Amino acid sequence: MTIPIEYYLALSAFMFLVGVTGVLIRRNAIVVFMSIELMLNSANLTLVAFSSYLGNSVGQIFVFFVMTVAAAEAAVGLAIIIALFRNKLTLNIDEINILKW
Amino acid sequence: MLNSLQDLYHIIPLLIVSGGILVSIIVEMYSKDSEKILFALSILVFGAAGLFSLYSVNNVSILFNGMLATGGNVNVFSFIFNIGAFIVTLLSADYIRKYGTYYGEYYIILQSSVLGMMLMAGAKDLFIIFIGLELMSISFYVLAGLNRKRYNANEASLKYFLLGAFATGFIVYGIGLIYGTAQTTSIDILTVRFPQLTGNLLFLAGVLLFLVGFTFKIAAFPFHMWVPDVYQGSPTVVAGLFSTGGKAAAFSAILVTLAALFNGNVGSLFTPYLIFVSALSMIYGSIVAISQDDIKRMLAYSSISHAGYLAIGLAAGNSEGTAGIIFYLAAYSFMNLGAFGIVALIEGENETNLSIASYAGLAKRNPALAALLSIFMFSLSGIPPFAGFFGKYYVFFAAIKSGLTWLALIGILSSVISVYFYLRIVVLMYFKDQGEEVIPSKSAMGMVGVVLSAILVVLLGVFPGSIINLISSFL
Amino acid sequence: MIIEYIPIFVVLIVAIGFAVATVLSSGIFGPQRPNSEKLSTYESGMTPVGSTNERVSVKYYLVAMLFIIFDIEVIFVYPWAVQFQNLFGEIGISAFISMFIFLVVLELGYLYVYKKGGFKWD
Repeated sequence: MTIPIEYYLALSAFMFLVGVTGVLIRRNAIVVFMSIELMLNSANLTLVAFSSYLGNSVGQIFVFFVMTVAAAEAAVGLAIIIALFRNKLTLNIDEINILKW
Repeated sequence: MLNSLQDLYHIIPLLIVSGGILVSIIVEMYSKDSEKILFALSILVFGAAGLFSLYSVNNVSILFNGMLATGGNVNVFSFIFNIGAFIVTLLSADYIRKYGTYYGEYYIILQSSVLGMMLMAGAKDLFIIFIGLELMSISFYVLAGLNRKRYNANEASLKYFLLGAFATGFIVYGIGLIYGTAQTTSIDILTVRFPQLTGNLLFLAGVLLFLVGFTFKIAAFPFHMWVPDVYQGSPTVVAGLFSTGGKAAAFSAILVTLAALFNGNVGSLFTPYLIFVSALSMIYGSIVAISQDDIKRMLAYSSISHAGYLAIGLAAGNSEGTAGIIFYLAAYSFMNLGAFGIVALIEGENETNLSIASYAGLAKRNPALAALLSIFMFSLSGIPPFAGFFGKYYVFFAAIKSGLTWLALIGILSSVISVYFYLRIVVLMYFKDQGEEVIPSKSAMGMVGVVLSAILVVLLGVFPGSIINLISSFL
Repeated sequence: MIIEYIPIFVVLIVAIGFAVATVLSSGIFGPQRPNSEKLSTYESGMTPVGSTNERVSVKYYLVAMLFIIFDIEVIFVYPWAVQFQNLFGEIGISAFISMFIFLVVLELGYLYVYKKGGFKWD
């Protein structure tokens, strides 16, 4: 017995929404970044689910690419966050507000 | 896979830039004083790749099992990116030292961002769009914050990174839904299957998410909030690259996918969204730019409104619109890079002299710079006979042709508003006495870069017809 | 179809019930004679020192970031290795060359980090 594709899609849509909500309401830069990773992972889940549903491996290969890109992004993001923390000693994005009109 | 050496010949511009990156990494590893070498290497790489793209513009072909296209407008884009990066490299020569410490990675990452843009323009598959987009975006996050001791740069970089990655999330999820419903990531197959998918809500949601993600990347209205902060906080020359290369690359990717979607006019489902983005970006960008005192923020808002003008061409959805967008992007890239270049020359140490008031009386002290900046400002505001006017003309013409006359009227209205803040700088330079003594820095390379962009702006303004004919012949 | 999941639910309920029952019953029936030694944090016999909210040296982050990058890139090698014989049959030597180029570029990055002192701990 297989689990219908709709279940996977509903789960990944829910994960995506949790990620979007996290980006919009959380104030810590690292938590925001983790929410973004959650969005990417929900997309991965969609791709893998479709891939197995369609019997087509393209989606799984795409997930590899998304994972590597997410890793590169995580490295760059952590580096940026550390550089910022060294100058400002905070990660609260409400206090990171020098640039505005 | 590569079938023969013939295939390698077609991707020479890509090979030049990739080879440039690898050689630059080796040089940076082993050389004690690598700045001069890397500068020369970047100039060589961008110049060679740009000129070769132009030279091989007629070799249209599709390579790697239908993954990558070369020739035609792909090479036109490649020319824009490489010559744009060429100008940015010239401007960086002295600017980077003035702004702060030089970090060896600067030119390497500049080259990798250009490689990403070229991949985006040549993409024939959602894979390549994604890889190119991320190569470009991640390089941009690093470029914005490379000077890690500067707080402004940190902040700009963090904002760019968080919002850029957020947009990437939308794009990936959109690609996931498109793949699942269309059962392919190839754009050509997508074009064929699109007519059967117009009733599939999941597919339409996927395309919409994809478009929303790219609306972030082109810096258009509902998702524009990062633009002014990022441009203000980043090094000026790098901000110039974000606003030109980044925008042009994102538009090239949208054109690649929408060309598939608009095939047979089924893509008109998304026209309301594009009209919304375009109209509000133009109006919002032009009106908020008026109230800015910082020239980089003003140029950032002007960049939002230019994204709106460009989106008119997308909303029009015909081949005139596409040709108009490509011409507009070429014109916009060079005039905006020129403007950012002059801002970089005027800028003092520690990011001073960035207010609009610093430009008062510039014409008396440095008539050449004032004249060049006037050319760029006239062109940005769309006054003939410069390139910016023809860009707008072609885009508006395409809109009228597809029955969106009122959108073109909004565009004209917004251009009229924008004349105020562009020409305010020209008036300040020529008719105001200087308040404080602002000495532009002496930078021969920087001047070469600015003059080169001015020449390109004038050339595009003098021969718009033949260039638009060239672009249209590839559509 | 939901019927087929009932054994899982049963196992779940038994597991939760067992854990809760054990903890509760030892609280109810066991003798309770607390002293200061018993109430202190258990550190395998050591005396607890300092707070847990300590800053970690930035070097750990650097190593973590480099690890993420070089670790994740390997996922391209796995499918290639599994499918290598088929690939080699289809396209010949270029199956090998393309992965070779990929690894050379990756090694170049590794060498760059090494030369720049990314792995120096002091």
